[in-house]
Amino acid sequence: MIRDPIADGIAAGWKLTDGARLVADVALEADVAIVGSGAGGGVAAEILAKAGLSVILVEEGPLKSSRDFKMREAEAYAQLYQESAARKTSDKAITILQGRCVGGSTTVNWTSSFRTPPATLAYWEKNFGLKDCSVAALAPWFEAMERRLSIAPWTVPPNENNDLLRRGADKLGLHSAAIRRNVKGCWDLGYCGMGCPTNAKQSMLVTTIPAALALGARLVSGARVDKLLFSGGRVSGIECQALDERGVWPRAAKIRIRAKHVVLAAGAIGSPAILLRSQAPDPHRRIGMRTFLHPAVLTSALMPQRVEAHAGAPQSIFSDHFLGTAPIDGPIGYKLEAPPLHPLLFGSSLQGYGEPHAALMRRFASTHVLLALLRDGFHGESQGGKVVLRSDGSAELDYPISDFVWDGARRALASMAEIQFAAGAKSVAPVHELGVMHSNWPDARAAIEKLPMKPLLARVASAHVMGGCAMGADPTHAVVNAYGAHHQIENLSVFDGSVFPTSLGANPQLSIYGFSARNSSRLAEQLTGRPAPLIA
Amino acid sequence: MLFSRRQFLTAGLAAGAALAAVRLVHGPFGEGNAAAPAAGFAFLGNDEHVILGAIAPVVLAGALPAAGAERTAALDRAVRAVDAAIAGFLPAVQEEVHELFALLAFAPARRFLAGVSRPWAEADPVSVAAFLEGWRNSRFALLRSAYSALRQLILAAWYGQTEAWGAIGYGGPPALDTAKRS
Repeated sequence: MIRDPIADGIAAGWKLTDGARLVADVALEADVAIVGSGAGGGVAAEILAKAGLSVILVEEGPLKSSRDFKMREAEAYAQLYQESAARKTSDKAITILQGRCVGGSTTVNWTSSFRTPPATLAYWEKNFGLKDCSVAALAPWFEAMERRLSIAPWTVPPNENNDLLRRGADKLGLHSAAIRRNVKGCWDLGYCGMGCPTNAKQSMLVTTIPAALALGARLVSGARVDKLLFSGGRVSGIECQALDERGVWPRAAKIRIRAKHVVLAAGAIGSPAILLRSQAPDPHRRIGMRTFLHPAVLTSALMPQRVEAHAGAPQSIFSDHFLGTAPIDGPIGYKLEAPPLHPLLFGSSLQGYGEPHAALMRRFASTHVLLALLRDGFHGESQGGKVVLRSDGSAELDYPISDFVWDGARRALASMAEIQFAAGAKSVAPVHELGVMHSNWPDARAAIEKLPMKPLLARVASAHVMGGCAMGADPTHAVVNAYGAHHQIENLSVFDGSVFPTSLGANPQLSIYGFSARNSSRLAEQLTGRPAPLIA
Repeated sequence: MLFSRRQFLTAGLAAGAALAAVRLVHGPFGEGNAAAPAAGFAFLGNDEHVILGAIAPVVLAGALPAAGAERTAALDRAVRAVDAAIAGFLPAVQEEVHELFALLAFAPARRFLAGVSRPWAEADPVSVAAFLEGWRNSRFALLRSAYSALRQLILAAWYGQTEAWGAIGYGGPPALDTAKRS
């Protein structure tokens, strides 16, 4: 029997408000209202509640738990992801995967845990005046969150999908290493992306959020924050809209929360959108600007053996060869990983339709895919995207892909194809509408060289949205300071991935945990006048 | 389908013009303005599921059962799965999907932009395939995005269903009571 900490908590009388079931408006009050229950908000909730503050955590998505996680894509994406995992940039060229459920993306991510890379921190210090964000200054916060979330080397042998990356990279003399994971007693099933059915993944859903709720915090789920309320140059509270069961249509009920302090942690699309909808002060027009994605491109290979990329820990090996061997501010670099393959997401990502598509799908069990995360935001020709509001107030990311980024995408496709051939692939195709299988590396290289790199031809996806409320010492270039405090509104903070002034060059969860832990602890001290609680 | 540069430009202008015409006829596609869903559907109107019913067999060629009642039933389930998926999109995105279907339903656009001469209910697979291929390779991002949306919706709906898994050698999620703990 798998213990479900959410079911236990409900039975124990946690304070919960579900927007989908509200029959009348509700007015609530707290010391701190936190908007968003992902990596940033989850960590903040525990630390602030432990500090003795009254906390209300607001989440747009539903409260679901291991009892609901059935390892079925169609159900999981509709329940747990923003826009049913079909969120797109304005021109539809990039699909964005983000969680929308209690625990946010941490409930559905693939558990990859990296500290913010030293080269990224050095770039921030040099270019954004972020002097308090050195490797040494952040190390204790990363250590604390690693202890709290059981982040440790994954000692189980990688599945074949990941081992192929290791073997191919070895053959070519390229760096590869094991990815650390936030798991405890992992069953090695491979379904992290649909919500962990065994509660092994140490997401916010099973760690910090239950801890905060056990301390008396309230969770409001199924409610979208319309806007922040301001009064006398300070934020006085937030106004939320209850949503229907699917999280699509607004219901009549509204939830108003008065708070002494508001923490935005709605993710790098959600947080800027709330500030824009609220017409928050923005004297230098920085809100929503420089939003980054780690745009990801893919190559698909057919192996002579079975790969079964759906089974086993989803991402356990990575290569930073193409990040580490060139200057960070030169031509765009990329991190390589081997994503898990499941029929819905893989089938809809793979190029084409009809018989050619079906023929590739019939080889599903022998298919190996590599993914390159492009490190955007470190060069003048990589300014990222911009969060904008549609006429109905909903958020959209306009992210034009520059030639500079396309150049990296093309190089990445070639690097991945070479590694797959080195690992023994019979054939490799770039995931691109004009991409076809090639049976050897020279042919693949020549074809990739000529591929038109255009929106909606090359398949581009993102699971890492960063920026849009950049931190920085200079208020003319940043929305918040190095500690996530808003430059214009004293009692407003932003503690999520939107504060990063560039992308990270690594999967973001641990960076967000570390920054949120540091910034939440500082906020707790400011609000209580006492030392912050120990994290773990 | 290979167009000359001039034909491409014409097609792009025509797409814009057709969309404008469609918007004039239908008014804004906001909540309440789109056609009501057909009986038994959450999102798709009558025209819309007919269009999808013509396009899906081409997108799923090689995946759907070859013929007979089995094929008809599988196709129906795929169309309904698309319907369920769209009903989970943001209202603003649902409007965009209605707009796409309205464009396809608009006879001049169907005929001259998509190159499908018969009404969708009677369209033959060869002309539907030519339409998809033309939009897939279009110089115009708008048409490529329409192709992309259609294929993605249909393929996601199909491969999200248990019945699609046997043919691709996927055994489905493990049963937790028998899964081996590592």
